[in-house]
Amino acid sequence: MSSDLWLVPRQIRYENRAFWRNHAAAFFTFAFPLIFMVVFNAIFGAQEISAGVKAATFYTPAIVAFSVVNACYTNLAMGITAVREEGILKRVRGTPMPAWVYLVGRMGESVLVGLLLVLVVSVFGAVVYGVPFPFERLPELLLVLLVGSACFCGLGLFVSGLVPNERAAPAVVNATILPLLFISDVFVKLPPDNALAQVANVFPVRHLALALQSIWTPEASGALNLTDVAWICGWAVIGLLLALRTFSWEPKG
Amino acid sequence: MASAACVPRLPGRAGEKLAEPATVPYAPGVAAIVVQGLRKSYGAVEAVHGIDLTVREGEIFGLLGPNGAGKTTTVEILEGFRERNGGTVSVLGHDPANRDREMRARIGIVLQSAGVETYLTVSEVIDLYRGYYPHPRDRDELLALVGLADRPRVRVGSLSGGQRRRLDVAVGLCGDPDLLFLDEPTTGFDPGARRQAWEVIRGLTEKGKTVLLTTHFMDEAAVLADRLAVMNAGTIVAEGTLDEITGLGSQDTTIRFQLPEGAAPPDGFDGLKPADRGGFEFSTADPTPALHRLTGWAIDSQVELTDLTVTRPSLEDTYLALTGQAAERAERTP
Repeated sequence: MSSDLWLVPRQIRYENRAFWRNHAAAFFTFAFPLIFMVVFNAIFGAQEISAGVKAATFYTPAIVAFSVVNACYTNLAMGITAVREEGILKRVRGTPMPAWVYLVGRMGESVLVGLLLVLVVSVFGAVVYGVPFPFERLPELLLVLLVGSACFCGLGLFVSGLVPNERAAPAVVNATILPLLFISDVFVKLPPDNALAQVANVFPVRHLALALQSIWTPEASGALNLTDVAWICGWAVIGLLLALRTFSWEPKG
Repeated sequence: MASAACVPRLPGRAGEKLAEPATVPYAPGVAAIVVQGLRKSYGAVEAVHGIDLTVREGEIFGLLGPNGAGKTTTVEILEGFRERNGGTVSVLGHDPANRDREMRARIGIVLQSAGVETYLTVSEVIDLYRGYYPHPRDRDELLALVGLADRPRVRVGSLSGGQRRRLDVAVGLCGDPDLLFLDEPTTGFDPGARRQAWEVIRGLTEKGKTVLLTTHFMDEAAVLADRLAVMNAGTIVAEGTLDEITGLGSQDTTIRFQLPEGAAPPDGFDGLKPADRGGFEFSTADPTPALHRLTGWAIDSQVELTDLTVTRPSLEDTYLALTGQAAERAERTP
């Protein structure tokens, strides 16, 4: 087991190299959240989203949350479906490398891309919209990003197991995440007592968004609520357990 | 091997490996694969009905059979991808159902269709997979072996179909396996590339490697395989050398010929019947006198015999007969 661990960074290195060589995919992975940020700021620029929180201040952590979801859930779910359908998973499983190394490597790559995306969005928010980066809250931020990435990687893995074939992947993945993003204080801020917000509270996206808001705007959102962190951790466990049931090494399509 | 300790020790030479009760005895230097009574069902449908199979070390063993015969199921059980419902299986002394790492380190698998990382280069893919094995084969040697030595820096996505397939074979050989599973290795190859691939596969056995080849190209099986098994509907209908298997079918020689338009076919040839493209054919156990009579008739009647061919039964004929496809093919031929 321990001697296999060194295989993980090696796997990530190769995955990372392949990721950046697909220029179009890499470019839009990074451009996508920034486009949302610009659009939302253009729409709500002059308004206060909630008491004392400007649109730019709200949308910086909101799009950070979106970045984590996008890199770990959406991209991972589609990526795993693709490598499964292409037979790469099966091929890897026939080698002496433990198959979990491949999956951990793949998730590690998603987390790295997610973290880089978070950095880009934070810098973009700071430079373009003057939203200061919360340096003093860095440990909390890293904690939230860590559990958030783990949670959405697990859920991404789970959902890829539900996708019957590669062509169905975008439909299934988007249909499961986009509605949640709308009701989870990522794209739109809902009053906490709103019924949809209550629905969103059952799922992890809103808890991630609230946790990040409290890091960027503690004066309006209060201190980091550990209940949010606990919800995200809970979903990480649920996601991994569900993934164990749905996961397939063999092409399904 | 912990369970071996529980087995009562029988008197034997020092270092002699005792067989575990539940598995087939592995005989190093003799058999690479031993299968006994292998059964596999998918739901209510039994795909493999208790087959026996032995692949000797150092041989190329060809597994033939039509689609749906149970070949892929059998091979995937041997590779450790599927679990069986019954029977015993030993692959290099391991039960593949345990998916032992040592077993996977000693086998190479070339699947019928499996992708590779499109955005990596040929040599990166080779290095990536070499890194998974304890004793990998040299990268340049691998590339030279499959004829990709001049394309190390080409991205996999830019390779032609044939080159991709050759990369598949190279990836399967990355760990310098003792046993290589090859599933339809030359599908999509042009004739020149097929011959090259055959050279590579034959070269492996010169190094003492064992190859289990699944194919539906009869010429490939005939050229490469030391021994063959023909599967049909979940059972092995024939097993042996090429000669042994072709010996199972009809030994009659088939004589085919065409006649000029309007010429009547000769009388006195038993079983003479119209064949493809307006020709005629008959089969006989004594081709020499039959040919003599046929050509004699042609000279006497001043008729030109065009496209005269004399064919011994091929593996394909026997295969079609064994798998019940001969009848189907005859029905399709007008």
